[in-house]
Amino acid sequence: MKNPTLHNMKKPRIGSHTIMLMITIVLFIVLYGAGCVMYANKEFGRLQNFLNVLINNAGLLIAACGITCVMLTGGIDISVGSVVAMTCMFMSVGLAEWGMSSGVLIAMILCIGLVFGAVQGYCIAYLEIQPFIVTMAGLFFARGMTAVISKEQVSVPFDSWFGQLSQIKVEMPFQIGAYLNKKGVLMVPYVRITVVVALVMVLITFLMLRYTKFGRSLYAVGGNQQSAALMGLNVKKTKLLSHVLCSFYATLGGLCFCLNTMCGTPTQATGLEMDAISSAVIGGTLLTGGVGNVIGTLFGVMINGTISSLVKFNGKLVASWANIITAILLCFFILLQAIFAKIKERKK
Amino acid sequence: MKNNAVLEMKGICMTFPGVKALDNVDFTLKKGEIRALMGENGAGKSTLIKCLTGVNKFEAGEIYIDGIEGSVVNRDTLDAQKKGISTVYQEINLCPNLSVAENLFIGREPLTKLGTVNRRKMNAQAAQLMKDLELDIDVTRDLEEYSLAMQQMIAIARAVDMECKVLILDEPTSSLDDNEVEKLFGMMRRLKEQGVGIIFVTHFLEQVYAVCDGITVLRNGQLVGEYDIEELPRVKLVAAMMGKDFDDLAAIKQEEIKDFSGEPLEIDAKGLSHAGTIKPFDLEIHKGEVVGLTGLLGSGRSELARVIYGADRNQSGTLKVDGKERRIKNPIDAMGLGMGFLPDDRKAEGIVGDLSVRENIILAMQAKLGPMKKIPMHVQNEIADKYIELLQIKTASRETLIKQLSGGNQQKVILARWLATDPDFLILDEPTRGIDVGTKTEIQKLVVQLAQEGKSLIFISSEIEEMLRVCNKMAVLRDGAKVGEISGNMTQESVLSAIAGGDRNE
Ligand SMILES: Nc1ncnc2c1ncn2[C@@H]1O[C@H](COP(=O)(O)OP(=O)(O)O)[C@@H](O)[C@H]1O
Ligand SMILES: [Mg+2]
Repeated sequence: MKNPTLHNMKKPRIGSHTIMLMITIVLFIVLYGAGCVMYANKEFGRLQNFLNVLINNAGLLIAACGITCVMLTGGIDISVGSVVAMTCMFMSVGLAEWGMSSGVLIAMILCIGLVFGAVQGYCIAYLEIQPFIVTMAGLFFARGMTAVISKEQVSVPFDSWFGQLSQIKVEMPFQIGAYLNKKGVLMVPYVRITVVVALVMVLITFLMLRYTKFGRSLYAVGGNQQSAALMGLNVKKTKLLSHVLCSFYATLGGLCFCLNTMCGTPTQATGLEMDAISSAVIGGTLLTGGVGNVIGTLFGVMINGTISSLVKFNGKLVASWANIITAILLCFFILLQAIFAKIKERKK
Repeated sequence: MKNNAVLEMKGICMTFPGVKALDNVDFTLKKGEIRALMGENGAGKSTLIKCLTGVNKFEAGEIYIDGIEGSVVNRDTLDAQKKGISTVYQEINLCPNLSVAENLFIGREPLTKLGTVNRRKMNAQAAQLMKDLELDIDVTRDLEEYSLAMQQMIAIARAVDMECKVLILDEPTSSLDDNEVEKLFGMMRRLKEQGVGIIFVTHFLEQVYAVCDGITVLRNGQLVGEYDIEELPRVKLVAAMMGKDFDDLAAIKQEEIKDFSGEPLEIDAKGLSHAGTIKPFDLEIHKGEVVGLTGLLGSGRSELARVIYGADRNQSGTLKVDGKERRIKNPIDAMGLGMGFLPDDRKAEGIVGDLSVRENIILAMQAKLGPMKKIPMHVQNEIADKYIELLQIKTASRETLIKQLSGGNQQKVILARWLATDPDFLILDEPTRGIDVGTKTEIQKLVVQLAQEGKSLIFISSEIEEMLRVCNKMAVLRDGAKVGEISGNMTQESVLSAIAGGDRNE
């Protein structure tokens, strides 16, 4: 570059990260729009269907927010799917067989999340073991614990306080999108309480990432770990906390997941961590760290959810088609990121 | 502590695995003084600084800082910062993905009442800071959108903005242009007036004389001396950095000065370059001529040779070999044109430890022929025996593994490897490093003999006496640029002055 002081760089210019986010949002709109047109007769376009995508993916969304935070530091956590399963099983068995109260169980589970994350984070940050290895151990441990608690499927009793939560409908205000069903009854679109929790978590995480010292240090560590240390940040502590946060989010996501399925099974939520990671990547989070935010992740989750929903509406396709489409999208986004990175290098 | 000293380091020792990076080094900095820390690449400048800032843990020694009782050991950079030591490291240590403002303030952001980061205030303060330094920067942009030079200025701004007694600048100017360097110097002089002590590491000699009050010279991890700027003119500084006692330099006359201008050109390079290491250069080498490449360690001597040889891809200009224009894309091309290259790092690039002496000698020859044409064993044996005899390689037999040989003999084997390919043009990078005096003389003799046979050579060595003995001409390098040539009646003094640059009588 020539003398940059001579450049007047005051004009607002859109950074590549913003462009990535826009592409993600546009893609979501296109996908959803395509669904509305293709399945107009099946009423894909109904607001309730859109809200169902949120309802079905509330747990995933929370877990994906947690994973985004870890990925921002340049780390990874592949244990979240198993942690979600363990949470569901613990909750179900705790209520149905051990006769524990919902409140105590929820508190216990969230504490387990914190401890689980702290152990993983300690191994990664202080013992400097590869995050992939550590969280793979976490994955097997949590999945194993799930089966140890019960080998059979256990349902959440509806009469418990927790079970009651699953019944709550949060209706859209002002009857937005309301319609009359075949029997002529007015149907007001609604979401479940899990969606409210998930969206609140997205908001909290967004603010945390943008406005707190901890949030900013996640970006700094991901941007350049050595620099972050030389600038006086505590890199190890930041990494440890990112894992604590991720596992905590996984247990909270697990509770929401449980409210959706109302049961615990040993094979539940298998591969959920991959859905979470792919959502984050589609939402613009770099695997190398330092770039991304949870708004992108929100849209990533919605895109994944929409794809599943589209496949379901088609009725003829096997569910695995959803995986294939996700794979194509992932490739597309990773390619896009690589191209942006190359362009940036050229400009130097 | 001496009076008006702001920092004193005494007897600092520090070892990296296999390297004694610092050996009993003292360093003193006065209040309001700008002191240059000089030395060739690898002398230990960065290591000394990192010991001070707590990045490296030193084994022995003491550090005293003005206003702090007793000797201090900084745990980490943050700790050093709190004690008033602010640092700009050689490698830019900022986060490219954060905004300029965040890079300036991370770790010490202004907060709101809620304890969250007050981004507006942070941006305003950052903008003000940039304005004070006359930098036209939008502080809300990501750092990576700015040039390296600008990033360097931002790193400096960050260090300057923190209350400090000692400011350390480790080669901050390598990516700055003249304008920016002036700005930096202005900033340094202002801080100096406020009583801040500044440690300035640079490899630009003219910058040392432009701003510094004193010079501390290191060499191979040892303190050479602490000087005032007046007592150490340029040439003496270079001599100190290279480990020569300038006053004792007896000018060694060359026996006869041969004129090569009539001989045909073996190598005729015009404007060759390699991004990031070597700026475009011209170089002519006649048949039978030995051209030396000289300059401080790290000035780009080996890199220049690598460009000619195609080990680093040439990115501009033309290269004529034996009168014909050639494109050399890789070392195989170069070998095909009759070139040979003896690298300076023989452990990494030269010897194949688990092969025998014979196999090591045959290696380049075989590579030149291609893998399909195997050289018959009796020919291999003949060649190996010939060079073992010729170079007096001390080995039990030609089948002994090369890793069992002493360093000097390994060096001879690699030399033999290239001689076996019968090159017209040979590059020798530090061929005598780490070799005993007797062998050294032999290799020097061999070089002269090869030249007499009509071969052309590039000879690279840190020992100027040796260069004077074998070279007909020398190309002088500074910071990756060829800055001149000397030939004719060369003496140690003339070579050192050429390396130092500037006015000889300064
Ligand atoms: N992290 C490290 N590990 C091993 N050796 C190192 C390391 N850093 C520096 N060294 C060695 O220490 C010596 C001094 O290096 P350095 O202080 O970087 O030199 P300078 O800054 O003067 O060029 C060199 O021999 C270098 O190879
Ligand atoms: Mg250095």
